[in-house]
Amino acid sequence: MSAWEAVIGVETHVELGTASKMFCGCPADTTAEPNTNVCPVCLGLPGALPVPNERAIEMTVAVGLALGCRIAADSEFSRKNYFYADLPKNYQISQFDLPLCLEGSLDVEVGEQTVAVGITRVHLEEDTGKSTHLGETGRIHEADAALIDFNRCGVPLMEVVTEPDMRTPEQARAYADELRAIVLALGVSDARLEEGSLRFDANVSVRPAGAEGLGVKVEVKNMNSLRSLQRALAHEIERQTALAEAGEPIAQETRHWDEAAGVTKPGRSKEQSSDYRYFPEPDLVPLHVGDEQRDRIAASLPELPAARRARYRGMGLDAGTARLVAEGDGLDEVFEEAAAAGADPQAAATWLTGEVVAHLRRTDARLGATPLDGAALAALLAMIDGGEVSATAAKAVLAGVLDGEGSPREVAEARDLMQIGDAGALEAAVDEALAAHPDEAGRLRDGDMKLIGFFVGRVMQATGGKADPRMVSDLIRGKATG
Amino acid sequence: MPIDIDLAYVARLARLDLTDEELASYEGQLQDILDYAARVQALPTEGVPPTSHPLPMRNAHRADEVEPTLDREEVLAQAPDRDGPFFRVPPFLEQ
Amino acid sequence: MGDPADLTIAEAGRQLRDGGLTAAGLLDAVRRRASMTEAQLHAFLTIDAEGAAAAAERADAALARGEDLGPLHGIPVALKDNMVTRGVETTAGSRILAGWVPPYDATVVERLARGGAVIVGKTNMDEFAMGSSTENSAYGPTRNPWDPGRVPGGSSGGSASSVAVGSALGALGSDTGGSIRQPAALTGIVGMKPTYGLVSRYGLIAFASSLDQIGPFARTVEDAVGIFEVIAGHDPSDATSYRGPVPDARAGLAEGPEGLRVGVLRELSGEGNDPDVLEAFERTVDALAGAGATVTPMSLPSCADALNAYYLIAPAECSANLARFDGVRYGPRIGGDTVEQMMGATRRDGFGPEVTRRILVGTYALSAGYYDAFYGQAQKVRTLVVEDFRRAYADVDVLVCPTSPTTAFRVGERADDPLQMYLSDVATVPVNLSGDPGISVPVGVDRDGLPIGFQVIAPALGEAALVRAAAAVERLAAFDARPALATSEGAA
Ligand SMILES: [Mg+2]
Ligand SMILES: [Zn+2]
Repeated sequence: MSAWEAVIGVETHVELGTASKMFCGCPADTTAEPNTNVCPVCLGLPGALPVPNERAIEMTVAVGLALGCRIAADSEFSRKNYFYADLPKNYQISQFDLPLCLEGSLDVEVGEQTVAVGITRVHLEEDTGKSTHLGETGRIHEADAALIDFNRCGVPLMEVVTEPDMRTPEQARAYADELRAIVLALGVSDARLEEGSLRFDANVSVRPAGAEGLGVKVEVKNMNSLRSLQRALAHEIERQTALAEAGEPIAQETRHWDEAAGVTKPGRSKEQSSDYRYFPEPDLVPLHVGDEQRDRIAASLPELPAARRARYRGMGLDAGTARLVAEGDGLDEVFEEAAAAGADPQAAATWLTGEVVAHLRRTDARLGATPLDGAALAALLAMIDGGEVSATAAKAVLAGVLDGEGSPREVAEARDLMQIGDAGALEAAVDEALAAHPDEAGRLRDGDMKLIGFFVGRVMQATGGKADPRMVSDLIRGKATG
Repeated sequence: MPIDIDLAYVARLARLDLTDEELASYEGQLQDILDYAARVQALPTEGVPPTSHPLPMRNAHRADEVEPTLDREEVLAQAPDRDGPFFRVPPFLEQ
Repeated sequence: MGDPADLTIAEAGRQLRDGGLTAAGLLDAVRRRASMTEAQLHAFLTIDAEGAAAAAERADAALARGEDLGPLHGIPVALKDNMVTRGVETTAGSRILAGWVPPYDATVVERLARGGAVIVGKTNMDEFAMGSSTENSAYGPTRNPWDPGRVPGGSSGGSASSVAVGSALGALGSDTGGSIRQPAALTGIVGMKPTYGLVSRYGLIAFASSLDQIGPFARTVEDAVGIFEVIAGHDPSDATSYRGPVPDARAGLAEGPEGLRVGVLRELSGEGNDPDVLEAFERTVDALAGAGATVTPMSLPSCADALNAYYLIAPAECSANLARFDGVRYGPRIGGDTVEQMMGATRRDGFGPEVTRRILVGTYALSAGYYDAFYGQAQKVRTLVVEDFRRAYADVDVLVCPTSPTTAFRVGERADDPLQMYLSDVATVPVNLSGDPGISVPVGVDRDGLPIGFQVIAPALGEAALVRAAAAVERLAAFDARPALATSEGAA
């Protein structure tokens, strides 16, 4: 029985792919040797002052525009005050009541359904450092010490906050997936989930299905993948629903997702108050995004994932394939080139999302690093169409192209995979097969047309698969009736 | 008008581990100071915008360019405690 | 007076270029003066003998090559200890920074070095610049060279004392609520707070970011202008740094007061000031009128409320600015089982009572439920102050009032009464709120022989008018008294 429904809002932190940090010139590279990408500003040394990274601001405006937000002409940075050893100044420079982007919306497709997710705001802030706890068990409260690396400290973070518009973990996941696709399309982040470039928090409550008000809100933190977002929400909704059904109260709290245990756990924050004492950052002056700057950024936005998928469907792709091609790493580019070079779009997409992706996965390669381009794919498809290679041989040809052995034709020739399309040579092979199986040949001539398949098989075997099966079949049919 | 202050809460927010005696001695002084400062509340400020910057400036940005970083040894030499390339601190209670 | 330590910067500069004096010789003279007076004054926290000697040598070599690096070339200057110096301990007068050796230089330090100045050392100050007497230093108070039983004012008391006594010819201070102008008044020298944003704050250990401004101490207005010229100018490392051209302050030196429109700031120029202070002030105003200035009384009602607003805004900003002192990355640490305990203990132990008080006040003023009534309201009052000044400058070029309502008070006299101490800043705080420039010029002594300061304030970027009025005041007052300790008899 499902008398309860969940109400979900998602906050996503996206590490922006700038060259330098948000407020200083240190490289925004979190993979360097510990504490090497630091300076007086990001280490919070006495006297140091922040200066905002213009590119990070433009990236945030671009995302805001992509999410249909109103771009605030006037916005500002504020200090969010809380003590934390990873946060050198013990305040985070963030945005509070005057963020850069407000009131957007994102259409998210979940199966056949489209959910409009309201975007409350998109703002800009700085990341913290990273601490590792030392100790036998690795559990924070049993550790002897913590070690801090400040390389990540000050990397620009964009925060995207939604309205509580989602009702199921699947919707939340689809939203996160769509946001990731947008971030990738805009090129503002590498969006690598496993490296924490995208981090999700969610607000979840349950209420009687169809009710208007909101239940007690629980904040769930620490979800670093789409899968864990979905799992954590499913678990949390189940937990809250059980409490609600039992008539027990739900505590307003922050809970952490424990990936290994598959449960959310209450945070250990006994003392940490949420009294952040925000006030306008006096070391920075207000931001102003003029109409001209906003329009320039808007004009430079690339095609967004939803529009691209719609265009691909218009080219004849089904919804699933359109999404795969649009969001696969570099598939879109090869697909569009191939279509432009005259390939049938559905065939090109099928090959890309099937054989090409499978080969890349086997060889652990990225498409961009292989020599396969749209022209090559189109050429291969044309060879199949023209009967120059069989569908089976084409897979081997594709592998050769991906492995750098040359163009499809070069690979097919070098690997001796071209079909025999010479009628004379084929006729000889057919005659040989008929002669080798006189009984069957006799029955064929008597009208047992089922034996055509038998003889095609013999000929293909004799030619090592290089014969064009259609031509062979025609020839045999001719012999039977002639 | 007596001002209501939960000084233990304020000290905790400010991460000042004050003793009860210290809290008690600051309490009276804070009452006086805030009493004095609170006279701003009597002023007519309806419709007056707040000022957080003395000069009307905006958009002081930097280009997204990488600049030199500090030498790690020089930085860690000032740390009260270190462990190899890391700053070392007692474990976190809160997360 | 044959001692080079008593020269003005301008005169020393002439002698350095004449060949009558070397930077090394001048450094020796101020070092001798320091060695005679430091035991009584304690103006310095760190004396950088090696660094100063090397800088003097470089300055002499450059002069010998015919290079001229400007008004501070070869001049010994002192630096308040809240400006970071690479390789030289910087504490801001606090125990929480004891032993900290910064890995970088403040922008003003770079500019002084580029200008050929010889930085003699780091001067004592109220901890994190919070105070008006330099008694709040964790390293002991600085005394007034006019009477070592009295305070030099604060928070830049060490810089003021060192210039007054001659252990430096000029110095840098920082002024958040009067911390340059008030000690200048109490030690009989010139102290100037430039327009907010004209001097980079990069490397200035912040007290209240929207109010802090670095500025010069010197014995003459001309010398203060010389220092200002070296340190002012846009700095891309400070987002609040002004991007336009630096006003031509020197232009004001030559112009007389004829036709200058002077407004007497009524709310700060009457009762509340000591009679001697008021008398010296009025005498000077009369002299200005006599010399051709137009004098008008001006009422700026919000100035009466500026101090209240200041004592919310400054603590609020400081509560965040001082959060970084937590024992994680630099400074001493008090241990604990958890990082939270460590931070709490380190901060409790590292900050003195006045800093603790202000952090508590500021934290309270920003906290949930109180923001609007305290910090938010103070920011609106700040707007009223700004508007009052704007209106006044429609009618006058500069405003004047006494810099400090009293002359130097006795050490310990106000130490236990924070509010009484805060009142020292009543006349200096308004322009920190408005961002406008202000300057204090000595105009006389009281019945005890203690100096009295006269404050001129001008609109933002109005340094030319500010200096024009200040130079006129200086000429008219013809103040030439010297502190007892600046003479060999006094120092004995
Ligand atoms: Mg955030
Ligand atoms: Zn940095």
